[in-house]
Amino acid sequence: MASTEQEILEGLAEIVNEETGLDPAEVQLDKSFTDDLDIDSLSMMTIVVNAEERFGVRIPDDEVKNLTTVGDAVRFIQGSQG
Amino acid sequence: MSTDRRVVVTGLGATTPLGGTITSTWEGLLAGRSGVRTMSHDWVAEHELPVTFAGELAQPVDEVLTRVEIRRMDPSAQYAIIAAREAWADAGAPEVDPERLGVAIGTGIGGVWTLLTQWDTLKEKGVRRVFPLAVPMLMPNSPSGNVSLALGARAGAHTTVSACASGAESMGTAAEMIRSGRADVVVAGGTEAAIHPICFAGFTQMQALSTRNDSPETASRPWDTSRDGFVMAEGAGVIVLESEEHARARGARIYAEFAGIGMSSDAYHITAPEPEGAGASRAMKQAVASAGLTPADIVHINAHATSTPVGDVAESNAIRRAFGNATDGMCVTATKSMTGHLLGAAGALEGLFTILSLHHRIVPATINITDLDPQIALDVVHQGHRTLPQGDIAAMNNSFGFGGHNVALTFKSYS
Repeated sequence: MASTEQEILEGLAEIVNEETGLDPAEVQLDKSFTDDLDIDSLSMMTIVVNAEERFGVRIPDDEVKNLTTVGDAVRFIQGSQG
Repeated sequence: MSTDRRVVVTGLGATTPLGGTITSTWEGLLAGRSGVRTMSHDWVAEHELPVTFAGELAQPVDEVLTRVEIRRMDPSAQYAIIAAREAWADAGAPEVDPERLGVAIGTGIGGVWTLLTQWDTLKEKGVRRVFPLAVPMLMPNSPSGNVSLALGARAGAHTTVSACASGAESMGTAAEMIRSGRADVVVAGGTEAAIHPICFAGFTQMQALSTRNDSPETASRPWDTSRDGFVMAEGAGVIVLESEEHARARGARIYAEFAGIGMSSDAYHITAPEPEGAGASRAMKQAVASAGLTPADIVHINAHATSTPVGDVAESNAIRRAFGNATDGMCVTATKSMTGHLLGAAGALEGLFTILSLHHRIVPATINITDLDPQIALDVVHQGHRTLPQGDIAAMNNSFGFGGHNVALTFKSYS
């Protein structure tokens, strides 16, 4: 079943918190994973795999580099679910 | 740069089966407590392990580390970080040029938990579910790398691997970094997190472990005639070493002088000690001579004494071979009777105990001796602690590892 944008954002925020300890409230649509949230490429890999499992989507490795902001990831996941 | 700078100990930290700090651990030793208990893990029954007890950490890591720290570090690195933070704080968090601050932390086995859980993940869930930090977590230099990151240490981060001599060897390596002028301050020690079914399986197949399942607290009984093997334990011990001039310039509290290092290898058998103790005694003699001491100056030895039938006698022979008649002037204790055997962390932890024995002038008694083996020709401290004399005294710590590694360290009281 497809999730709303808000549900995906909340789910991602939980995954980011689990991986990095970052306050889930910091994870907002306009935040950059690297520049704002200080997430390195290894952590990003874990976040992607956990997001795939949680939302039932596949995020190809080639696509990960295009996911600059949290909003990019939310939109990609939502589009893949549709 | 001088190559014979004096090295002193200014900070201590540990997490062990007796306590989550060096203070609580030392209190446990003086109380004669055993940190060995029956294990509650499902995997003990699942694999029908012949040994059901061990010395596990007294304070679980989730009481001191964050969830993310636990997730991103193997237990071997977690324990090292806990001990290193305590030692660093105990030393007064010295201000030091990062390029003059080093790390040397050894481990015997390394990230065995990460290696095997990630192998299970690969087999059961596929490559994409393997944790991206699997390799930096399982590598044996993970503890030293993480401690160098935590403290910003840039003079070099080293990892000695010599089985149960690893922790002592790393302290020797650290002292040599300072003596040779490569660093002013080095955080050094050993860590081990090998309470894993594969380690029990391997050691029991060697018949190296005590199988006294009905009485875990009395299973580790070095030098007793009924000893039947060592007791697996885990934890970490870390010290802060400093050049004497650096420590004095900042008015640091000095526990003891790190005085001498002796190292040798048996080249005799991959696991069995050379029975006459030729290699071990050479290491002890070097540790005395390189400290500018004579055998008569050593008043105490914290022995390796793991509670194995062969090893305990071989060490006793080696001590007498190294010290001759001077052996009669020193008292010897086996703290593994209380902590169990921390493998790659054992030499480091027992180095801390030797330092504290000099600092407090007290030697904790070996427990669980009801019938002292007559083959042990040593003044064994048991049935009550021993007070060490006032004035300038020195003590030694012995560590030996599979592979034929022998490490002896000497420390002097500091006044």
